[in-house]
Amino acid sequence: MNTGVQATGSTQASPNGSQESTQAEARFSAGTTQASTMPLTEQDEHLTRPAAMEVRGLNFYYGTSHALHDISLRFPERSVTGMIGPSGCGKSTLLRVLNRMYDLYPGQRATGEVLFDNQNILAPGVNLNVLRSRVGMVFQKPTPFPMSIYDNIAFGIRLHERVSRSEMDGRVEDSLRRVALWAEVQDRLHSSATALSGGQQQRLCIARTIAVRPEVILLDEPTSALDPVSTARIEELLDELKGEFTIAIVTHNMQQAARCADQVAFFYMGRLVEVDSTPRMFTAPREKQTQDYITGRFG
Amino acid sequence: MDIPARQNAPVSPDQAGTARSGRRTADPAFRLLVTITGVAVLVVLGAIIAVMVNGGWHAFATFGPGFLVSDAWNPVTQHFGAAAPVFGTVVSSALALLLAVPLAFGTAFWLTALAPPTVASVIGMAVQLLAAVPSIIFGMWGFFVVVPVIAHYVQPFLHHTFGHVPVLSVLVAGAPFGTGLLTAGFILAVMITPSITAVMRDVFASMPAVLRESAYGLGATRWEVMRNVVLPWSREGLVGGIVLGMGRAMGETMAVTFVIGDSNHIGWSLFAPANTIASLIALEFPESPAGSLKLASLLALGAILMAISFVTLWFSRWLLSRGENTGRRV
Repeated sequence: MNTGVQATGSTQASPNGSQESTQAEARFSAGTTQASTMPLTEQDEHLTRPAAMEVRGLNFYYGTSHALHDISLRFPERSVTGMIGPSGCGKSTLLRVLNRMYDLYPGQRATGEVLFDNQNILAPGVNLNVLRSRVGMVFQKPTPFPMSIYDNIAFGIRLHERVSRSEMDGRVEDSLRRVALWAEVQDRLHSSATALSGGQQQRLCIARTIAVRPEVILLDEPTSALDPVSTARIEELLDELKGEFTIAIVTHNMQQAARCADQVAFFYMGRLVEVDSTPRMFTAPREKQTQDYITGRFG
Repeated sequence: MDIPARQNAPVSPDQAGTARSGRRTADPAFRLLVTITGVAVLVVLGAIIAVMVNGGWHAFATFGPGFLVSDAWNPVTQHFGAAAPVFGTVVSSALALLLAVPLAFGTAFWLTALAPPTVASVIGMAVQLLAAVPSIIFGMWGFFVVVPVIAHYVQPFLHHTFGHVPVLSVLVAGAPFGTGLLTAGFILAVMITPSITAVMRDVFASMPAVLRESAYGLGATRWEVMRNVVLPWSREGLVGGIVLGMGRAMGETMAVTFVIGDSNHIGWSLFAPANTIASLIALEFPESPAGSLKLASLLALGAILMAISFVTLWFSRWLLSRGENTGRRV
């Protein structure tokens, strides 16, 4: 049994245990026993890594509505954390806390801590432009900017760095190669990005995000608007990218979580119900709610 | 039609035919109706152009192309020219846009991106109300408030400050009447700012939030998002709003007539009294007997005003189509 999961598990145990019956606690301990008998997998190795980001005691409010309740969650570096749960459970909200996107909207606020590079990013005085360049985000629908393919990628780089023309060309090409888009667009780099297909646009958006060289990439249901072929390409891409980036992905697709994630977090009604390595989560979840959700009994 | 009956016993083709015959006549009737309304637009437009050109023909025939370049307006010698009012129209509208567009743009951006929602909705409402204020109100306000302020403070101050600077001294020259091109431009700006703001706000609000968030997500500042993402995306709508405002400014009659000073003179001073096409028509129309050369000249001016509007509209379309290759739409 690794320390990473234990640490996460223990921060989870107290809020859950205090709110649910002793029966739930019994189930919890039973689940732990079951989990510990399972063999160590590759995913477990990922979870022992130091956290690139760590959420501690996070509460989030949309005005007076309490959207996230006391969330604590580690995002081990260079691994994929899948976030699942029914619509409105708070998983996208959590994602928007991690790069403080919620800050754009008055009335939304967060309490607690999100540690990133030994700094609490929820503290006042954090430079959001720098934070967002280090914690990139990809959205549900592809969002190419109304400019050329080349400029879509160069835009983000220019915001933070002064690079020569030739270096920029190299960065753009490199980013497009990494998302396997280079071959498809190399002879029309200066035509509009909005003319690309949906799958190409989404790969462009990922290329645009990694071009800025972030440490963490947040993906909010990145394939829900795409066809199966495009989805498969994005998933392959994630697998490659996790060698370099820490990835947090929100998904409604249980198979996608199972395929892509090293650890999976299940959210329900603004609470983090359970988090564990992917194989354990899908074969031996500790909580009944989790089991009901992943087996399709609700959600 | 009764649905259970349909399930139990299929309706015979005859029955179905009679039951649906109403729909068969309704559809062509509807088609005809909407076709008529569509074509009517073209007919009305053509008729207006015909009336203007026909009515003004006498002036065009008498003065020839010289009508366009002559700044004469002399009922005694029966010499009329379009240059002065055209100049007044173009300059006052240009001044109005120069003042209104940045203001409207800033207000619209602030309302959609920065203002707290409650404040934004109150101010948004106020903008709509301001856009609905009748122009005569602006005219009176201009005459009783703006004209004295410009006569007593603005022009003396500018004259004192820039009166001896080359080039600039020309712009501030003249007696401080308070009426003139700048006053007209200012009043027009106040009038068209709300409508341009309203259009721009709708354009900004219709932009998908995720597109803006994507730019913020890369670490862009508000200005960078504005400059590189919001602006290119909303270009088409913004130009539409500006053209709308410009159309209103060029055709505005009442408010301008109050404050422009009624002078058919082309000068570079911003404070010189002048006339726009619309104000000249309003002022001279009652004194133009039917069939007179003067009336023909006024109608010819009307035709020219329409031509200017069409040219600006066409120009804005051309501007937009030029930048099409990096167009919008997500």
